[in-house]
Amino acid sequence: MIANRISLMIGGEAGAGITRSGFLFAKACLRGGLHVFGTNDYQSLIRGGRNFYIARVDAEEIYSQADNIDLLLALNKETILLHKDGLVSGGGIMYDGEEIALSSEELGRDDLKLYSVPLKSSVKELEGDLIMRNTVALGAVVALLEYDLEILNGVIKDAFEPKVAESNVRAAKMGYDYARMHFGGDFEYRLVKTSSAGKRNMFLTGNEAVGLGAIQAGCKFYVAYPMTPATPLLHFMAPLDREYGMIVIQAESEIAAINMVAGASFAGARAMTATSGGGFCLMSEGLGMTGMTETPAVIMLAQRPGPSTGLPTYSGQGDLRFAIHASQGEFPRVIIAPGDVEECFYKTMEAFNLAEKFQMPAILITDKYLVESHWTAKLFDRKKIWIDRGLLLTVDEYTGEEEYRRHKFKEDGISPRATPGMRGAIVRTSADEHDESGYTTDDPELTAKMVDKRFKKLDALVKELENYETTKFYGPEEADLTVLGWGSTKGSIREAMKLLGKEGLKINYLQIIYLNPFPVTDVQRILKSAKRTVMVENNKTSQLASLIKEHCLMTVDYKILKYNGRPFNPRELSQKIKRVL
Amino acid sequence: MVTLKDLKTPAKNTWCPGCGNFGILMAFKRALVQLGLQRDQVMLVSGIGCHGKMVNYVNVNGFHGIHGRVLPLAAGIKLANPNLTVVGFAGDADCYDEGWGHFSHAIRRNIDITFIVHNNMVLGLTTGQTTATSQKGFKTKSTPFGSIPPPLNPIAHALVSSSTFVARGFAGDMGHLTDLMVKAIEHSGFAFVDVFQPCVTFNHLNTYDWFTKRVYKLEEEGYNYNDRSKALEKSFEWGDRIPIGIFYEEEGPTYRDSLPHVKNMPLTKLQIDVDITPILDSMM
Repeated sequence: MIANRISLMIGGEAGAGITRSGFLFAKACLRGGLHVFGTNDYQSLIRGGRNFYIARVDAEEIYSQADNIDLLLALNKETILLHKDGLVSGGGIMYDGEEIALSSEELGRDDLKLYSVPLKSSVKELEGDLIMRNTVALGAVVALLEYDLEILNGVIKDAFEPKVAESNVRAAKMGYDYARMHFGGDFEYRLVKTSSAGKRNMFLTGNEAVGLGAIQAGCKFYVAYPMTPATPLLHFMAPLDREYGMIVIQAESEIAAINMVAGASFAGARAMTATSGGGFCLMSEGLGMTGMTETPAVIMLAQRPGPSTGLPTYSGQGDLRFAIHASQGEFPRVIIAPGDVEECFYKTMEAFNLAEKFQMPAILITDKYLVESHWTAKLFDRKKIWIDRGLLLTVDEYTGEEEYRRHKFKEDGISPRATPGMRGAIVRTSADEHDESGYTTDDPELTAKMVDKRFKKLDALVKELENYETTKFYGPEEADLTVLGWGSTKGSIREAMKLLGKEGLKINYLQIIYLNPFPVTDVQRILKSAKRTVMVENNKTSQLASLIKEHCLMTVDYKILKYNGRPFNPRELSQKIKRVL
Repeated sequence: MVTLKDLKTPAKNTWCPGCGNFGILMAFKRALVQLGLQRDQVMLVSGIGCHGKMVNYVNVNGFHGIHGRVLPLAAGIKLANPNLTVVGFAGDADCYDEGWGHFSHAIRRNIDITFIVHNNMVLGLTTGQTTATSQKGFKTKSTPFGSIPPPLNPIAHALVSSSTFVARGFAGDMGHLTDLMVKAIEHSGFAFVDVFQPCVTFNHLNTYDWFTKRVYKLEEEGYNYNDRSKALEKSFEWGDRIPIGIFYEEEGPTYRDSLPHVKNMPLTKLQIDVDITPILDSMM
């Protein structure tokens, strides 16, 4: 018997409620005190296709999907044919045998257990919508795993309106009873409620965590144009605007979005937008304007594979250099790469604080895998959130002795920030080079002085970041190999470390969270003490390795790069790491 | 109350002598004086082109943005702080070429800002090329054999985009233009004013004389500006007689009127420290 460790895949056509069902199952496991990771795989279409959701469950903390599937819940035949070879020996396939004819030749494996459940006819009997077959199936899965139906019922009741919940609870019971009667005790895998059952941990996506971080950090203006995989953040923010006192608006383009952010922020509101690579291209000119006008702006760039439209619904890390260099000219900016949902939450708060304190754009660089996967997380601690608005003047009247100047020269480059509408202050800025009062200039001395002013803020920022967690170090101080990475590869790297650790190999890992300004001292220190180093990235050209070379004058020994739109699986990555050891 | 003298800035004016922009600048200053606004209440937003220098020449709050993006920038400011009198200035190339994608959206959102386009039918600052409103056959450095497509009709476009205030002025008639600006600023909702602005250096077709001979005032002919279809008909009048004045006005809810939770409250006055505990709980 294998207890509390399973990887369940639910697959079917787009529009069949795959992600929703996977989410409900995952949440039922979470409430049993288990750790869950959920990730979806879908194509850029509305109906049809082959979507799937993987819910990996474990008694221990987990950070990514598993390499294999233990149980496949197939809502169509294509799912079975596509994924049968990903199943472990002794794994099971649950499907509707009345609807799907599956010959042993087609299956081509005799080491799998087949569980046919009459999903469609059950729904008919219940007089429910076809989509309810998913719930029948979830009930059957719970029975097969000898898990607790009441927990699933609780999740259903929280997810649906009372009336819909009631019929879904009946559907789940129907599947549960059928599976118990026909397959009771047959499947090797079991789930058991642990001592930490109950509502203890959260289960959420990176997008939701960024949204929560933004709201808690006092974001009052969120504007975006839909683009996968950042769209769910717009969906998350939109229904919350009334309760949390925000304006959430869908712009006509990403160009409009960044310019609206600049306007709202100039007027004193904490403002944010999010997009993916293509939208970020359109934002580039506006990004430069926020740099030039010293207007705070928070932008989430959720990467997907490029160039151009690339793989719109998959994941990649090819935009790091782009984020660092986007827009003409030179100006300082903050770039932060969270690696899990906790970091999505807390680092979003840091992005808002740094953007305002240093009056410059702050970019959160994430990717599809991070922002659309569901992660188990400890309850976020609101006490760890602080709001630092820097030199923003919040009084209604400016009472300075001299006339207010938006770009006044200061030792550290940071000018007191009044907002238009403040009595007694005229607040003027320009995307053209300007003087302290915001009037256009082309004076050579003043130009150089203004450039220096903006870059003095970078020095001040670097100093400030000495007190921030700009990198994270995992594993033993002494190791045979040091893994380097940024962003969402964190989960797979930590999983691979677990596997390699079990084999007695000594590996540590440096996660670089702040990419700009680059945490040179930290990285240099770790690299100097490392025996050998390997870079793990989801891109072709190893952009972080080139940054390390640029900033630290050091090279990494090996690179493990994956750029097919899919994240690293733990075993896949651990084997690749072993090869360089 | 602000005076013309208060609105003066130390910046040196670099427009060509005789430029239509002077008429627009003066009309705007007079409008502010007439409206009795305070300098710190007024927010001027401009794009790139000769018009963009307005920020340097009017001593009120100012944001000199990038080419074509006056509308979203101004919208962001007004949405964040509805207490400001936000006036956006753009050129014909700025708005009708580069920023055309924002035009209809800004209008249909009906955010309470005033938008004034310096329409000289040529690109001036880049030393003379065709724009979206250049006349067919108009010869410039980029169209040596004459501009091929017909010009855009911004008035008509505004009218079909659910506009609530559409007007056209002429930089050569400052009194009339001042009056239009006052009405546009007073209008609750998005107020659009296209202004004929002769470019004395690069447009030798659409000159002061050319305009003076043709323009006539709608209000002097008993025109009633409450009928959108009639306004649309008028918007196509072009040739020997070209109408200026208010084409259309109606009262309608502004964008913020439909946001009951913020309505007239600046976003800076909303509580910044909120409690997300209920959302966190729902995720467990």
